[in-house]
Amino acid sequence: MSRVGGRSSTDPKKVSGELFSLTYGSLVAQILKDYENVDDVNKQLEKMGYNIGVRLIEDFLARTNSGKCQDFREVSEKVQSAFKMFLNISPTVTSWSATSDEFSLIFDTNPLAEFVELPDHCYNLRYANILAGALRGALEMVHIEIACWFIQDTLKGDNFTELRVKFIRKIEDTIPPGDD
Amino acid sequence: MDSEEVPLDLLHIELVAHFVSQKDKIDEALSTLEAIGFNTGYRLIERLTRDSLKFKDELDLMKFICKDFWVSVFRKQIDNLRTNHQGVYVLQDNTFKFLNKISDGKQYLEFAPRYMAFTCGLLRGTLANLGIVSVVTADVTSMPSVKFQVKVQRV
Repeated sequence: MSRVGGRSSTDPKKVSGELFSLTYGSLVAQILKDYENVDDVNKQLEKMGYNIGVRLIEDFLARTNSGKCQDFREVSEKVQSAFKMFLNISPTVTSWSATSDEFSLIFDTNPLAEFVELPDHCYNLRYANILAGALRGALEMVHIEIACWFIQDTLKGDNFTELRVKFIRKIEDTIPPGDD
Repeated sequence: MDSEEVPLDLLHIELVAHFVSQKDKIDEALSTLEAIGFNTGYRLIERLTRDSLKFKDELDLMKFICKDFWVSVFRKQIDNLRTNHQGVYVLQDNTFKFLNKISDGKQYLEFAPRYMAFTCGLLRGTLANLGIVSVVTADVTSMPSVKFQVKVQRV
């Protein structure tokens, strides 16, 4: 793929991922400046993620032509393929609860945190909280209410990043969407 | 559009929405967005030019921005580059990514500046790290076409 002059050999796919991580990093840094409380930052990131997820699901459904999921295990597979599709990472689905209503997504690395180091005073910052929000927003649009949260994070010295996803309830058609 | 471009597109929309609602004045929001773009560009270009050759001169650098840089970031080249050879460059993109889905014409034109601020900063940050201090503005008269004006500040 070398070009005449050979100036740039960068792969556009790789760059779009890096651009995403770097943009997100600048965003988090700015929000940290704007809010004094780290918990508020976490909330904002989750909220932005939610808004993204609400839109992202449409793109996912349009691309994949996938139908309704029959059970939560199928949901986990779809979530896995969405991560592959949009962020080019393949989290492992594991640690199912006995009742199959809770699972974990294991990321070997934190997909957003490729270039990140957390300063000490940000210990409570859930850096990748936007992912949790996106997942919640996306699934809400297909009538699945979930809760999800990080239980391990490479940025905090853990060996891998683990996102726990818990099924809350199926949102019925007749009920207006829950307040957010 | 490639699926891997979607997250950035949506993040950008959220970025704009968040800061426009957060800051009291729109000018403040725009300068924050610009700053975020600057930081991003400043860091990104280090990775993009890691293995690249040295630039012959300023024009050579601007050509790099219009071709390789724009392709890396927006998957297309700048459609037109003009310069007065005195430090002013006009980069025209006829189908700018972040405006492409908003409108095809003059509808929503008043919202164009908020969707341009990040990219102006991105461009300015990129140039700054390559040793060029500049002011970057964007001019939109009909979406999704945009003209970026880069004014190089001579010291």
